[in-house]
Amino acid sequence: MKCSEFLNELTNYLDGALDARTKSELDNHLAWCHNCYVVCDTTRKTIEIYHNSELYELPDDLRARLESAIMSKCCAHKKSEPPTS
Amino acid sequence: MSTIQPNIEQPVSEEMALVRRAKRGDDQAFEELVRRYDRNVFRIAQHITQNREDAEDVVQEAFLKAYSNLEKFQEQSKFYTWLVRIAVNEALMKLRRRKPERTVSLDEEVKTEDDSLPREVADWSPNPEQMYNQGELREILTRTIQGLPAGFRTVFVLRDVEGLSTEETAQALELSIPAVKSRLLRARLQLRERLNRFFQKRASGDGDQ
Ligand SMILES: [Zn+2]
Repeated sequence: MKCSEFLNELTNYLDGALDARTKSELDNHLAWCHNCYVVCDTTRKTIEIYHNSELYELPDDLRARLESAIMSKCCAHKKSEPPTS
Repeated sequence: MSTIQPNIEQPVSEEMALVRRAKRGDDQAFEELVRRYDRNVFRIAQHITQNREDAEDVVQEAFLKAYSNLEKFQEQSKFYTWLVRIAVNEALMKLRRRKPERTVSLDEEVKTEDDSLPREVADWSPNPEQMYNQGELREILTRTIQGLPAGFRTVFVLRDVEGLSTEETAQALELSIPAVKSRLLRARLQLRERLNRFFQKRASGDGDQ
């Protein structure tokens, strides 16, 4: 297996979306290719760090404001367009 | 042989039960859906628009659209996936309005420098979390993901930040599964490469900042 072939499967590998045979081929490649090992490891860390980053959390006060704005707009919409039954 | 009639109806998820109540005009049920997903929609919207006011607008518009189009929701996907689809479209419209000079499209193949083979391969040790304080790390992560083309950023956010499955991401973005996978791979590799510039520099201690 070449490094480029490894990289093409990297996303499937990290997502656990490979059949057993392909996975073991990739495991073998990782066992001897240090570069791919590092790329795989740091890509995994990239995903984890973003997954846990909480970059854009919605503050409670803004959340409360948005929720009441949404519900009052929905009510206004309902009144303007009564449901046809 | 059992005489019991097989239960033909699929068990209804809690989410779908709320949706059905909302469809019958129960606004409390809809409000529960809002509370369940508003944080997610806000995160997705802010990642795409990169603007807090736009993200607030997207949250409101997406839920209002969902509310007024609820009867058109066919229940063939999760409500959340359908909602994300609405929110992504709203967010992309905002982005186009703000950055009209750049074409922002998910269908278009995003052209970037050749990123198939990573250039720098160096370990990240100690871990980035140990190298930077929280504020610095947030700054790095924010700037780095903002530098990705919108098409890559959106796929990465849905799949890796929000944790949608590949299939759900494809549904939400109206892309094929192979298209999602190829964008995701390139997004992940590009982010890794960009982060590497920070994390490697600090770790090697050459101090050229
Ligand atoms: Zn290799």
